[in-house]
Amino acid sequence: MYTYALYVTALVFLGLSFSKDRTKTRQVLRKTWKSFENILPQFLSVLMIIGIMLSVLNREVISQLIGQESGLAGMALAAVIGSITLIPGFVAFPLAASLLEAGAGYGQIAMFVTTLMMVGVVTLPVESQFFGRKLAVKRNAMAFVFCLAAAWIIGGLMK
Amino acid sequence: MKQKSSALRRYSLFLILFAANLILLFTAPEIGQSAFRLTAANLTEMLSILPPIFLLLGLMDVWIPRETMMKYMGRDAGLRGGLLAFTMGSAAAGPLYAAFPVSGMLLKKGVTLSNVFIFIGAWSTTKIPMLLFEASSLGWKFTAIRLLCSIAGILMISFLLEKTTSENERKRLYKRAQDL
Repeated sequence: MYTYALYVTALVFLGLSFSKDRTKTRQVLRKTWKSFENILPQFLSVLMIIGIMLSVLNREVISQLIGQESGLAGMALAAVIGSITLIPGFVAFPLAASLLEAGAGYGQIAMFVTTLMMVGVVTLPVESQFFGRKLAVKRNAMAFVFCLAAAWIIGGLMK
Repeated sequence: MKQKSSALRRYSLFLILFAANLILLFTAPEIGQSAFRLTAANLTEMLSILPPIFLLLGLMDVWIPRETMMKYMGRDAGLRGGLLAFTMGSAAAGPLYAAFPVSGMLLKKGVTLSNVFIFIGAWSTTKIPMLLFEASSLGWKFTAIRLLCSIAGILMISFLLEKTTSENERKRLYKRAQDL
């Protein structure tokens, strides 16, 4: 639905652009292709890494790792798994809910969910392409520290 | 010929990973198959969502003057710029990796670093459709506390990243964005 709206918007604007100025529109298409092809290798690599990683760290493995350990070890595991992997929300939230049922605490769940959202080691190649390695690493590091604090707060408030 | 070898180099990591996945297919068929399946599914998602985003970025690049973007989200835009960045990020959908090319374009158009990071932060944590989904899986209380923490976190991280980036690095960054 969202994707559909995105296509309609993009095509409407492209049509507008074309009716106003053909040369500029050709320039638009050239730039669009160039910037897409520029980043494509990084995107493809990231997708391959995610595919392999999520096959090893599948749902069962994750719930075994995080579900049973509810102490500090569970926190650390949740942080590590959350930071490396990228799981789309529609998979991550139900997984987090089932982890709760399996015995994980709210602290771990918060850690898992927040690192999942904000820290992406796997996507670093793409991020670095636009921000430079240094800034990309810095953003992820700060986000990670924030997640520790957030997990502690959420864990405390949800008790 | 030169073009060819540089293309090969750019895609080398991807080719290595592809080969690794092929090896997995024979040594651990279950993992290898599932990895290929996941990659194919993600690739389909990526190829469906990225073309319109890149097209909009191309249009923005050609039609929207740098001055206009700077007026709304640049150094002199003040709080309004931050608010606009936050709204843009929250209204978005799609995986975080799609936010990075958009950020590159924002940098190219002279948007401040802190506003770009507010945009990324909002995209990653306060997307509205995701919130509804989060609440239905983990409850409203969890979602509300998490959301408040995230908003505070986004602001702090954006502020810190802006403050700790040196003038030189900033110049390099904006120059890099011009070449993208």
